[in-house]
Amino acid sequence: MSRPPRRRCAESRYRLMEIKKGIAVSPGISIAKALIIDSEEYRIPRRTIKPSQRMAEVQRVRNAFRDAINELTQLKAEQENIQDRTIKDIFAVHMRFLHDRSLRKKVTDMVGADCVTAEYAISATLGEVASHLAREKDVYISERAADIRDMERRLLKQLLGRKREDVTHLRDKVVVVARELSPTQTAGFDKAFVKGIATDAGGRTSHSAIVARSLGIPAVVALENLTESVHGGDVVIVDGNRGIVIVNPDEETIQQYEQFGRELAEFEHRLVALREQPAETRDGVRVMLLGNIEFPDEAESVLERGGDGIGLYRTEFLYLNRLTEPTEHEHYEAYSTTMKAFGDKPVVIRTMDLGADKYTQRKRISPEPNPFLGLRSIRFCLQNLMVFKTQLRAILRASALGKVRVMFPLITNLHELMQAKMILRDVMEDLDDEGIAYDRRIRVGIMVEAPSAALTASTLARDVDFFSIGTNDLTQYTLAVDRGNEAVSNLYSEVDPAVLRLIRAVIQDAHKARIAVGICGEMASQPEHVMLLLGMGIRVMSLSPPMIPEIKQVIRSVTLADCHQTARKVLSMSSERQITSFLRNATRKILPEAF
Amino acid sequence: MQTEQDSQDGTTAEAVVQIRNAQGLHMRPAMQFVDMASRYGCEVTVRNDHGEVDGKSIMEMSMLAATCGTRLTIRASGPGARDAIAALKELVEDRMFDEPPPKEEVC
Repeated sequence: MSRPPRRRCAESRYRLMEIKKGIAVSPGISIAKALIIDSEEYRIPRRTIKPSQRMAEVQRVRNAFRDAINELTQLKAEQENIQDRTIKDIFAVHMRFLHDRSLRKKVTDMVGADCVTAEYAISATLGEVASHLAREKDVYISERAADIRDMERRLLKQLLGRKREDVTHLRDKVVVVARELSPTQTAGFDKAFVKGIATDAGGRTSHSAIVARSLGIPAVVALENLTESVHGGDVVIVDGNRGIVIVNPDEETIQQYEQFGRELAEFEHRLVALREQPAETRDGVRVMLLGNIEFPDEAESVLERGGDGIGLYRTEFLYLNRLTEPTEHEHYEAYSTTMKAFGDKPVVIRTMDLGADKYTQRKRISPEPNPFLGLRSIRFCLQNLMVFKTQLRAILRASALGKVRVMFPLITNLHELMQAKMILRDVMEDLDDEGIAYDRRIRVGIMVEAPSAALTASTLARDVDFFSIGTNDLTQYTLAVDRGNEAVSNLYSEVDPAVLRLIRAVIQDAHKARIAVGICGEMASQPEHVMLLLGMGIRVMSLSPPMIPEIKQVIRSVTLADCHQTARKVLSMSSERQITSFLRNATRKILPEAF
Repeated sequence: MQTEQDSQDGTTAEAVVQIRNAQGLHMRPAMQFVDMASRYGCEVTVRNDHGEVDGKSIMEMSMLAATCGTRLTIRASGPGARDAIAALKELVEDRMFDEPPPKEEVC
């Protein structure tokens, strides 16, 4: 076998510290060497290795060919009775490629000469063959590029699959860096060694983000092209609190983060001790802290963090990433699983709140020009009664198992509320006819998230059992700001005087009508807003589960008298900036670690 | 066209062939070619206008991207060179890789 030519490869060049911003999805700090998990489904970035690793890397190439041959032989044996000649030919051709010395030499020479990873050398070599063929005008030839890509995937699978397996029996602490991770991949991580997760793709609500949160592994996602700037073994810092990933940090930065990590761990430790303590102010006012959840498997983390129930069970996951409607059974499975874990703790299930996404748009001929003001949420449900009734049936059936509450999103006027309630009654009658059990006195509430609902809260309050103020949408609709739009997102603030006046009005109207009122927007997850909300009369907050201990800590550190004073002061202020800095200072005094 | 000459280490043989099957030298024909060439101990190279490749490597052969009508020069040197050339020429031109020619006579 030919040895790789002793050409000099660039000594692993001095790599500069690089700071990348993404979305923080699971809190905590981790500092460890990067373990990159590429996927054969995506382009493999060019990554270099140290000259001393060349022989080992060449061996990885040979192993990959050997394993791919074994895999193919086995596959072929399993398909022995297939008579189709084309399929047989495909197997035979793939086998010839895997045995091709010339191909193998090209790959190993590249590893040796350029000091690149086995993955990259395979991908680049076969990629070159594929694009050479794809350039041909003759379709018989150009279509063969697909076969080459197939072989590339087969070889990469050997290398990457082995690596994926390695992640489940690690011996060193690592930060896993990947383009994207599947939930099952994430769930298989050994928490003792996988100290952090950083991915190019993903969002707050992606499954792997949720799994990372529940495992308590710091994670940052949506880093765009992180996988291209990291090399295996680079030191990486994952700051899951601020959504930052630092590649090749300098000594000073590492020290800073080590210190920060220690403080945070200490703080966390104290918060865990809070689990059994009630969320009660120093002067004995009890606050109900509930969790917002997206998936049934998150329910566990609400209980672990000492939550009093679920204040917002988002049900959109049932509708996404599929082409058919979820069945009543699928709805029921999801809800009943959660109910079993919660016993007699309340669980507020919000009916489908989709809009401007694949699910609602695929039923349209042309996309909506202004989806945020379009056919979304309850409006969509009221026009698609079968979809709505299926979900209501499942929610009602689950209500036989515990304290289920049903909540309608985006109600903008009394008429919509009455329609939704009428449909709920219809479904109840159907269940009665069929002799199916449910809670006849199930509490019905609405999200108050449109300014029109906030302004007419006194009217709406007569027909519901509770309000839940959705501060995210309420702020966007009140201030006419899309907070995802960078050009105007600085105008977005839940403590803008206009938003606060609406919130105050809703709370007062709810109190007058003697119905419960809570907050379920992100505002409730922010420590600096706790005093204000309590002072305004809020006693129920629903928030992202990991934030429950911290918010509880704030509640337990204040008196209602202080909160009242804070609220009075804030409501007399005329600028958002003034309010924000006032609240921050006030909270810093009682909980300095939170900032 | 087929030429033969003696060289130091045995025989060298060469032939110019034309691809006649409609789909050209795609994967399966390339495999047949490589399999046939590999039966012989001699070295086999194949040349087109752009360069020369190893006739026993399926990767290199497929890189030729030889379509119907393409002319290739096959060269064999070493033991069995003459037989190898005869067999390969037969495979390409007479058996046409067991594939049909184009419907209209474009080649």
